[in-house]
Amino acid sequence: MSDAVISGTRIETGSGGRGFLLRNPAAARLGVIVLALALWELAGHTVLDPNFLSPPSAILAAMPRVLGEPGVRNALVASFLELVTAFVLAVVLGLAVGLVVGLSGFARRATLPLVLLLYSIPQVTILPLFVLYFGIGAGSKIAFGVSHGIFPIILNVVAGVQSVEAAHLTAARSMGASRLQTIRRVVIPHTMPSLFTGLRLAMSATLLGVLLAELYVSTGGVGYYTRIFADSFDPPATFTLVAVLALMAVVLNEAVRIAERRASFWRMHR
Amino acid sequence: MKRRRFDWRARAIQIGFVIALLLLWYYLGRSGAVSSIFLPQLPRVAEKFIQIVQSASFYNNLAVTLFELIVAVAIASLFGLSIGYLVGRSRYAVLVFEPLLAGIFAVPIIVFLPLFMLFFGIDVESKIAFGATYAFFPIVLNTIGGISQVDPRFITVSRSMGANERQLFRRVLLPAALPVIVTGLRIGATIGFLAILGSEMIAGLRGLGSRISNLAEGMNTAEMFAYIVFVIILAGILNLTLSTMQRRFDEPRSAS
Repeated sequence: MSDAVISGTRIETGSGGRGFLLRNPAAARLGVIVLALALWELAGHTVLDPNFLSPPSAILAAMPRVLGEPGVRNALVASFLELVTAFVLAVVLGLAVGLVVGLSGFARRATLPLVLLLYSIPQVTILPLFVLYFGIGAGSKIAFGVSHGIFPIILNVVAGVQSVEAAHLTAARSMGASRLQTIRRVVIPHTMPSLFTGLRLAMSATLLGVLLAELYVSTGGVGYYTRIFADSFDPPATFTLVAVLALMAVVLNEAVRIAERRASFWRMHR
Repeated sequence: MKRRRFDWRARAIQIGFVIALLLLWYYLGRSGAVSSIFLPQLPRVAEKFIQIVQSASFYNNLAVTLFELIVAVAIASLFGLSIGYLVGRSRYAVLVFEPLLAGIFAVPIIVFLPLFMLFFGIDVESKIAFGATYAFFPIVLNTIGGISQVDPRFITVSRSMGANERQLFRRVLLPAALPVIVTGLRIGATIGFLAILGSEMIAGLRGLGSRISNLAEGMNTAEMFAYIVFVIILAGILNLTLSTMQRRFDEPRSAS
């Protein structure tokens, strides 16, 4: 999708014979994207109503206009900050809760069902409560983002802690490791891969939460502008916003992925 | 369930937690420490809940939301299963299309919601389209995953024993891929339900979600709480039904 969204700017065809495409699925993928964009462009000039869906070229042309508006830029920055704050809070809280829940078998049996019970609540329905308690400003967006992002982290940390082999724990203990040392040297490294899966899931969940809250009620954030643009039949502007948000999602996902590669490099060499 | 022995202490803590929460709610509301707009009193919510369940408008809203969900999941399954099967059968198509679909799914589709409103209007059609779009991705991705991860030896063996395409599908591919596909359907239905509720809340005329957001705008918190409780129960029933269905499909595999 990174391609699907960004490729509006890089239209380069991996041309060549059938053999080339067969050997390079990535080139074929690019070809599919280019083809879809070309069809879209063609449809935009023929059958589509420009009030509803404009061709990619019109969207590209509208980008400077839309992004030049200081209100839009501020809204994007504000939403980005909300997202980052919510993500950091979700990670810190999720890690704490996850370790507490996961570290002892009894704590897990007693509290994990409660966590799962909370997780099974369709959170959109309690969105009005977040607005009620945290106001219509950034607070409710951050809180709603945290409430979305925290669960993948808790569940993955618990799963990761659970996956530590008992033999490793026994070995650490028999070599005289204290409880803290065991956690630091055995449990945490073991939890890493699972934690990073959680981080990636949490990133998209947090983004979902923040955007849901933005769209539900917003006084100047991205949600506000998305609505304004859609209501005023300005699809190029809507698509520009969507593209920037999607780009944001891709960049943050990649950041987590890179951090993952760094933190678990030792796994690769096994 | 690995553990056969029932853990009474753990269960006691869980029940105790829920009861403590309800008691806290009850006494906070009675003491007047928290405004009833923020936290309506527990008995009032219970009262409202009973009223709601007896009212006709409630069943209309429920029917609208369930109708949207069923149509959305049906559309998503139709496209998801067929596209997933076609892509999953060819290794090359998997390499080309799977990252594309997974990539689109990674973009928060919620940002497109205003466009759905633009194309399909503000009534049920846009909710169905939005729910179907969200439900489509887990279904198609799991179908691709399920079909493409069938052990190629099974296919070779059945081919060499003279199975034709239909027999191959019926006897090998389907049984081997079914647990994964059913998981996709379950996730798709769950996500579709959330997407429909969310789009109803953000802009809608009918359905449970728009009822909740109307009540919130009217500061009618007691009734809103009652509706929220009902939707949570509904989601629980949906989850339970789907996971029971899924367990059925998993059984033959675990028996072997």
